[in-house]
This record gives sequence, C-alpha cells and structure tokens, in this order.
Amino acid sequence: MDVSVTPTPVGPMANPAVSERAQARRETFRVLIRRPAFILGNVIVLGWIITAVLGERITPYDPFNQFFAGHLPPSPEHWMGTDRLGRDVLSRVMVGSRDVLIIAPLAAMLGVIAGTLLGLVMGYYRGTVDDVLSRIVEAFLALPVVLIALLTLVVLGTSPFVVVCVVGILFTPIVARTVRSAVLSERQLDYVTAAKLRGESGPFILSREIFPNVLGPTVVEMTVRFGYAIFTVATLSFLGVGLQPPSPDWGLSVSEEYNNMISGVWWPTLFPALAIASTVIAVNLVADSLQSVLSE
Amino acid sequence: MARFISRRLLLSLITLWLLATIVFVIANVLPNDVGRTILGPFAPQESVDALNQKLGTDRPIIVQYVDSMRRVATFDYGDSYVSGQAVLPQLAAAMVRSAKLAGLALLLTIPVAIAAGLFAARRRDRPVDRGIVLLGVTSSSIPEFVTGTILVVVVGVQLKLLPVLATPPPNADIPTQIRYLLMPATAMAIVYFGYIARMTRAGTIEVLQSDYTRTATMKGLTTGQVMRRHVLRNALIPTVAVIAVQVGYLFGGIIAVEKIFNYNGMGQTMLFAAQQKDIPMLTAGAIIIGIVYMLATLAADMTMAWMNPRIRLDAER
Repeated sequence: MDVSVTPTPVGPMANPAVSERAQARRETFRVLIRRPAFILGNVIVLGWIITAVLGERITPYDPFNQFFAGHLPPSPEHWMGTDRLGRDVLSRVMVGSRDVLIIAPLAAMLGVIAGTLLGLVMGYYRGTVDDVLSRIVEAFLALPVVLIALLTLVVLGTSPFVVVCVVGILFTPIVARTVRSAVLSERQLDYVTAAKLRGESGPFILSREIFPNVLGPTVVEMTVRFGYAIFTVATLSFLGVGLQPPSPDWGLSVSEEYNNMISGVWWPTLFPALAIASTVIAVNLVADSLQSVLSE
Repeated sequence: MARFISRRLLLSLITLWLLATIVFVIANVLPNDVGRTILGPFAPQESVDALNQKLGTDRPIIVQYVDSMRRVATFDYGDSYVSGQAVLPQLAAAMVRSAKLAGLALLLTIPVAIAAGLFAARRRDRPVDRGIVLLGVTSSSIPEFVTGTILVVVVGVQLKLLPVLATPPPNADIPTQIRYLLMPATAMAIVYFGYIARMTRAGTIEVLQSDYTRTATMKGLTTGQVMRRHVLRNALIPTVAVIAVQVGYLFGGIIAVEKIFNYNGMGQTMLFAAQQKDIPMLTAGAIIIGIVYMLATLAADMTMAWMNPRIRLDAER
C-alpha cells in the first residue's frame, strides 16, 4: 500500500497506467481530509510555522526589545502583558516556535532514519544480530529519555546540535522496535520469498521490497516522534539544558518566569505554556489521524 | 513458573549490565577530560589533575569500566563531588519522596484511565468514544511542566485551593502530605491518562471482537459476566505492559514537576546534580532509576504471565 499523503489534483484520471498507486494515494488523502482532527492539527502547526517565518515582520513589538517597565498585566497595548524585562509577551510567543520547530523535526528525522535502518536489519536478519541488538534496544528503553539527555548535555555542554543528536539517538531504539515488528510480519509474505528465490541480495530485498511496505508505520512513527521531540525539547529547555537565553523559546520562557506565578504574575508563564500545549496536541492529532487511516 | 521467572531474571540482569555500560560511556568516555568538564575551562591544570586523580578518571578507560561495573554490582556508587558524602543514602531518601509522588500519580490515573478505556471500547465509534480518544491524545500531549504551571495558576493562585509547593511541613500526617502532593501528582497523572486509556481501549476492542467473547455472549451470559470472566483478563494485558513501561518514563517527567513544585525528590536531586556537574550522582541516579524500571517490567511480566498462561508456557518452551 502506498501511504504518501501528498495531495493529488482532483479531476478525471488522465493516465490509467499510473492508476492503482495514485488511486490508493488519493483515497487515503480523501479519507484524511474528512477528519476534523487532521485538519485542525495541520492548521495549528501551519499557523505556528507562519508566525515563526514571518517573525518580527508581523509581531506588534520587537520580541527582544526591552521597555524597562518590568511586568505589566495584559492590556490593550500588550495583549499578553510584558515579561520581567518588559518585553512584549505576545511578540515573544509568536516567534517562540522558531527554534523548537527547527530542532524537533531534525531530532525526529534523525531518530526515524537511524531507527528504521536498525529495525529493518533486526527484523530481516533475525538470529544473533537481532538478539544482540534487541537487548541493547531494551537497555536504552529502560533509560528515562529526559534524564539521559540531561546527563549527556551536562557532559558535552549544551548546544542546539547536541540537543538534536541526543534526542535523535534516544528516539532511535523506540523507532527500531516499531519498524522491526512491522518487518517481522512482512518477511513471511510470498513476495519476499519470491525475491529470495530470484536470488536478490539482502540489501536489495530490504530497500526495494520490504521498505516500501513498511512505509506506513514509518510515516506514522515520524509524526509521533515529531510530537514527542517538541515535548522533550521543551522540557529540556524548561530544565535549563535545552535552548539558551535570549531565545524566546516557549519552554525557556516558562522556566524564566514560573517563579513569579506565586506572586500573581501568571501571564508570562501561562501563554508560552499554552503555546507548547497547542503545538504538541496539534502534531499528535495529525499523528493519530494518520495512524487510524493508514492502519485500516 | 519458576523457569519463567529465572529466565526473565537473567534477561533483566543482561539489560541492567548494558544499561550501566551505556551510562558509563556517556559519563566517562564522551568527555575527554572529566575533571575539566566539571571544573570548567578556566580552572588551573593542577586542580584538574588533582580532581581526576581523586575520581580515578586518570586511569585507563578499561580499568575504569571494570571498576564501575564492580561498583554497580556491589551497590557502591561513590561520593558526590559537591557534598563529598556517599550518594546512595542521599538518593535513597530522594527516591522515597519521589515514590510517594509517583505512586499517588499512578493511583489517581490508573483506575480512571482503565474505566475510561473500557467505557470507550464498549461504545466504539460513538461520539463518547471519539471524545475519550480525543481527550486521551490531548492529555498525553501536554508536557508535565505545562500542566503543572497551568494548575498552579488556576488552582493554587487564583482559586487558592491547594498549596503551590509540594513539600509538606515536617512530621505532617498522611492526609496533609497527600494534600501537598495532590497538584504535582495530578500534573503527572494527566499525561499517563492518555496512554493507559488508549491502550485499554485498544485491548478491549480486540477482545470484544474475538470468537470466545461472542461464544460467551451467545451461550447466554450477562454482559457483566462476559466482561468479568472473559474480557477483562485478556483486555488488560497490554495495559499492564504499558503501565510498567511508563514507570521509566515517570522519572523523566518527575524532574520537571519537582522543579515547579520545589519538591526535593529524585528529580530535584538529579537537576541539582546536573547544575553542579556532579557526575557520580547523575550516573548513580540513572542506574537506580534503571533498576526501578527493570523491577517494574519484571513485575508486569509476572502479572501478565499470571493473567494469561499462554505467555508463561511460551517462554518456557
């Protein structure tokens, strides 16, 4: 089954030869766009991408400029108030997605690429390779992601590059496990036996025969990992080992301001927190729709 | 059953060894110079050398590795760089406090989530099912520190219903302790609700479609009997597995929650150790959490084997 979700132009079928694949793709897409959760999720993510790209061109104030006024509650001038340095919270929330929307997809991609390769090898070759790798994967799964990321970032020093690598590597075994189980059920099918009898090599069977058939779970895993990557990077920034000041990153903003909540200054914490929540929920709505449509 | 348990224990030990190795690689092999990493770039070379000698990090990697594996096996986790005291008693005390918080979170979330999952599965694809699935996706999407801050703002500051810090006064009785822990535990419980509810729902739907459930219904059992005798036992197996896996995850989320509510458990201890670059404390903490995770998955496997004899017979073959 082809599971790509690229939109295909609506209209009469031009070429019946392309048919089956395009038809299936179109069907999948048609089912997807009828799901309100899928649409809503995409709209929210797209919205944050637009504010991140346009940035200072559409924010009401300069997100880095300080008014030296300290905390001001939300007002008609500052809809979301100002933070402890007098910076406009709305402007900072609007550009706050910038770093996380670059780091999280890169980390998810790293994890999915490495995990898919590993999962393909583990599932196809079985035997000793699989046994050894499975044990290592299980050991990795026993480690809490946030704690190991914390340890690694302390040891290597924090930088966006290290954050991408650490989160990506910690996601690898999780993806590998999913892909491995998908490969296990594929490798018993006739088309794999046929390819073996034709004398095709292992790498060829893996990349040209099995991989296209496990693309569905891989696409779903990619979306799910993207959501978790935002979740994890935001948490690391909140713990002070992710993105560093003066980044307007949401997790970092919450971490800088949450102490002031007790004295009633809730606006510089609440709005970035809601922004994080909206983004992860949106990504997971898309992931969930893809999962239920592609697994049908 | 004895063979199943011993086999499973052996596997746990292998995993624990690999886990300790991964932590060793991160803490001792990734940094070129452990002393330099701790003291920073401006410290004089003599103090870096002295620290390396004191920590034993000037020895060849292989010697350090053998030594650290021996320490893991003998529960000797060394001294903190910062306080100079043994890390284990400190971590044990923190672990007890975290266990209270995590235990309360699980206690809050498991019954509600299982009930919601069962309820949704029996009304599959109706609006109420869609609603529960949506709620599950939403609740497991929000990081604990976000839920925590929202709770503090709404429940703690605006409504003034619960204390905003989690540490109870010394010698507080159990109801008071629970009152203090209720908000952080809720922040954690919300994340697990989604996972557990979705897993229960998926497991139940599968069992409800099975032939044996249909047979049970057709031979005239009441819905309650079918659910109790046939459905629950099998439907909850994946749920038990997911709860165990979440225990490891629990300790990731607990760091942020303890930071917000200023609760001196495992998370705060780890975070403080990270800020001070107290590597022995961090590695010992990671290994202890790993052990807790192993025990949780072990307990889950036993429960699953007890619930479904096929699992233990399979493993014995």
